[in-house]
Amino acid sequence: MLDKTGIAKRIAQEVKDGYYVNLGIGIPTLVANFVREDIEVEFQSENGVLGMGPFPFEGEEDADIINAGKQTITTLPGASFFDSAMSFSMIRGQHVDLTILGAMEVSENGDIANWKIPGKMVKGMGGAMDLVASAENIIVAMMHTNRAGASKLLKSCSLPLTGVGCVKKIVTNLAVLEVTEDGFKLLERAPGVSVEDIEKATAGNLIIEGNIPEMKI
Amino acid sequence: MISAFSFVFFGKQIFSFMINKTVANVSEALDGVKDNMTFVFGGFGLSGIPENSIAELVKRNIKGLTCISNNAGVDDFGLGLLLQQRQIKKMISSYVGENDEFERQMLSGELEVELIPQGTLAERCRAAQAGIPAFYTPAGYGTEVEEGKETRAFNGKMHVLEHAFDADFGFIKAWKGDVAGNLVFKGTARNFNPNMCGAAKITVVEVEELLPVGELDPNQIHIPGIFVQRIFKGAHFEKRIEQRTVRPRK
Repeated sequence: MLDKTGIAKRIAQEVKDGYYVNLGIGIPTLVANFVREDIEVEFQSENGVLGMGPFPFEGEEDADIINAGKQTITTLPGASFFDSAMSFSMIRGQHVDLTILGAMEVSENGDIANWKIPGKMVKGMGGAMDLVASAENIIVAMMHTNRAGASKLLKSCSLPLTGVGCVKKIVTNLAVLEVTEDGFKLLERAPGVSVEDIEKATAGNLIIEGNIPEMKI
Repeated sequence: MISAFSFVFFGKQIFSFMINKTVANVSEALDGVKDNMTFVFGGFGLSGIPENSIAELVKRNIKGLTCISNNAGVDDFGLGLLLQQRQIKKMISSYVGENDEFERQMLSGELEVELIPQGTLAERCRAAQAGIPAFYTPAGYGTEVEEGKETRAFNGKMHVLEHAFDADFGFIKAWKGDVAGNLVFKGTARNFNPNMCGAAKITVVEVEELLPVGELDPNQIHIPGIFVQRIFKGAHFEKRIEQRTVRPRK
């Protein structure tokens, strides 16, 4: 079974040379730490920066340079700043190659819910609805089950949706899955996790074809 | 206020005009704000927020406001200060997760909240600025955001009709500006600020540095003064950091 860092490491393998990548808050943010060093990638943050770098050294933080999680960051050579409308021109205009975001629920047809629990938690969608409505290549990073142990991979989402039919791939602590017309297709197992474990933790339709390889982290 | 000044150019005296947008202070800048108005506020989190204008709104304690801003500040800073005094009737935002008082007022029904996608928020500002009454976007299709709105397919994909904002005042924070209202922003403190200039009936800008005309390179100006009605040098900028994240020095 993977921890959050493990999920980020596995997703980093999906980042290809020449990609512009938008990382959501939480596990997705960790992905930047594990991208291969021999490829060229730029990270976009929807508050208005391309070419995000690591956190600043202590004493060099700047209130005017933050990421979408409101964390202080640095920029790399070649970076650019821009306004919010232009930022979402990049996103809706499909100039961003890969979007990685977290989710509370994903359904077997690729719907995603990650912004609201009615009556309990209402934080808002931020840029997530623009991202999922437009991106061609969306990977969800999340735990396979919630804190109560219930599956987050469902037949249909119970929470208010963020987008419909948009998720292509899911990486959890247990598995890598692809969203197909017939449901969640199991691609890889996490180290030490059996196909039965994954079946038990998946409420939506799970497609198992042939031998399922273990992830290489 | 139109002021003319003359200078010599290739031996001939010619006149040049510029429109001076400066006001003396924040109090003059907010002349005309009233109860029940609609305002747009620049800023992302606490970065690039118009601190001085917000402080003046707190001081005036006007009520029943509709505030359009990506976020709602934190409990004791930014728009959180207006929430503390119950000055806000309705918030239109994309993400409000950093403010406990906001959440309390929303869940208890004291505060009306419209949550909208961030790109839609930016574009509704830009549309107001640009004289576009409405536009179609794919964001929010098939979700609560779509409810009550027109939808339409373009190239086989569904979109939602969204309208330009209609606001009374826009409160903007820029890094540098000149007296003609030309603006330059810094880093990610730019965010919604440029899109909100000219998106309200009156655009009020506070800057860290207010310069005479001619000091800013025309090639480097982010927002031309035509979108600005009032500009002033902010008396104080706290520029609070919301999430201080650093790495150790090796």
